[in-house]
Amino acid sequence: MAEHILLHHRDIPGLDQMDVYEKDGGWATYKRAVTEMTPQAVVDVVKAAGLRGRGGAGFPTGVKWGFLPKDVFPRYMVVNADESEPGTFKDREIMEGNPHLFLEGTAISTYAIQSNVAYIYIRGEYLSTARILQQAIDEAYAKGYLGKNLFGTQYSLDMYIHLGAGAYICGEETALLNSLEGLRGQPRLKPPFPAAVGLYSKPTIINNVETLANVRPIVERGAEWYKTLGTEKSPGVKIFCLSGNIKRPGNYELPLGTPIRYLIEELGGGTYDGTAVKAILPAGASAPMIPASAMDTRMDYEAMVTAGSTLGSASFIILGEHDSVPAAALKMVRFFKHESCGKCTPCREGTYWAQKVLERINDGTGVVPDVELVETIANQIAGKCFCPLGEFATSPMIYTIKHFRSEFEAQVQGSRPRRNWREAVPQRLEPTLAMREL
Amino acid sequence: MLSETSRLLLTERLKNYPPDRKASAVIYACYLAQEDNPDHYISQQDVRDIADLLDMDATEVQGVIGFYSLLYEQPMGKYVIHYCNDLPCTLRGADQFLHVLEHKLGISHGETTPDGLFTLEEAMCLGACHRAPCMQINLEFQEFLTDDKVDRIIDMLRAGEPLRANMADAVQLLPQSPLA
Repeated sequence: MAEHILLHHRDIPGLDQMDVYEKDGGWATYKRAVTEMTPQAVVDVVKAAGLRGRGGAGFPTGVKWGFLPKDVFPRYMVVNADESEPGTFKDREIMEGNPHLFLEGTAISTYAIQSNVAYIYIRGEYLSTARILQQAIDEAYAKGYLGKNLFGTQYSLDMYIHLGAGAYICGEETALLNSLEGLRGQPRLKPPFPAAVGLYSKPTIINNVETLANVRPIVERGAEWYKTLGTEKSPGVKIFCLSGNIKRPGNYELPLGTPIRYLIEELGGGTYDGTAVKAILPAGASAPMIPASAMDTRMDYEAMVTAGSTLGSASFIILGEHDSVPAAALKMVRFFKHESCGKCTPCREGTYWAQKVLERINDGTGVVPDVELVETIANQIAGKCFCPLGEFATSPMIYTIKHFRSEFEAQVQGSRPRRNWREAVPQRLEPTLAMREL
Repeated sequence: MLSETSRLLLTERLKNYPPDRKASAVIYACYLAQEDNPDHYISQQDVRDIADLLDMDATEVQGVIGFYSLLYEQPMGKYVIHYCNDLPCTLRGADQFLHVLEHKLGISHGETTPDGLFTLEEAMCLGACHRAPCMQINLEFQEFLTDDKVDRIIDMLRAGEPLRANMADAVQLLPQSPLA
């Protein structure tokens, strides 16, 4: 790709600074939207562009905005910057490297849904990121892009950062709303959906950081241009996070529909230990693992489902030939056990017991029926929980075994793992120049 | 006890939310209490203070504190180390570094050094998988860790040097700006 759209700061040094961003045409699209376009016209452009939510679910953004009930005010824009899925670090780079693109997109979107307040809910661990954002917001106020009666119109807009305190579940939109209201971050029953009854019981739109970063380019260059990128049903570009056993980990901005092989082999350089790729986790810990045979799958919302997984947040974690799948399953289940909010018994207890059984399997103290036991626990969680976390937690239990059953069986029959991570020599990779610049 | 400065900051912060929605600032109030306390945790007195200031029940505040990983109910070290050994980091040797850290500090994860300087905690994914292995010290990222870097970071902090992101690197990875 010639120039990045979302990661444009890689092409233009200093783009995180207001003056550089303005010189690049920054904040002008927002000014044009507020002074020359009706909110509905902005919604129509985004809808026509076919932009889909980049947080994981892939729901069409313009359609979501259309769910707001007419004539109910105030309304709220809430930005989900609670990026916590293992293997995901795209929103962090956008917010740190290109904060004004994200903020301008948020401002345009908040105008489009006829709201005057946007809350940016950012995870507590991203304190340094929040500082960078706050500085950018302060600059936007100073320049008159935020505040009262903007550009001489009736429109006013305030933007606030709200820091979380370490809870993966707050990435679930209704849990996020509870957290924002000062409650424990546990999910709410849907319906009613947040578009009807959201923050402070008012109509609320919750969008992911990367989704909103797409909005300025779409409004600036038009829906037709945007649809020339990506596929028919998954238009546009996406940031793919590449991590795990890979030579060149990092964020890669590509059109949707790019084959996995291109990401892993051409851009990522293959595994760092030179072994063949064995397994791919295309959306962090929460989506089904797929074997290397799926390498030619195109990375868009439809094709990934056909391949037996989902695109989700597009966090590709790579396992090489010598990386133990049962050990990986344990790591992922441990994550969900820690992050289960405790509201639903199947999720809270199921993840606890699955971790115990997987520990046994990995220790070499497991017995043959343990493998089946993990699958049984997963089946007891699936479909019985309030929010998607329970569902996510079953992925590392079911699909690791589905594709690599023989590895689990070898573990319980007395053979040692092929690579014991606790004794492994760590891989220390000299970060490439490009990575250092980020 | 929340300091005077913290009370002023909290009052200022409440302007971000509707007047009848003070509870929205509870996480922020907890962070303030934690920073005020020399042992970096939220005491029972703080819980009652926060409840009064935000029109909440003390049990509600307590429930919030118990829910979130970054809010502490027990005394913590001056530097809280969150060490990531989730899957992406593990695939780059992170489990090994946990041992390096434990050895260097002389404590296991979940413990605090006897001098009260360091608490070591395992963290869930920190969003630095491409710079693994990684950790945060009081939420400042320390990335691309090596044995040598771990050694130097701990020694620098023991010697009283100020904490910053990637403090063992000659070149700073991230731009720094003050919290406004």
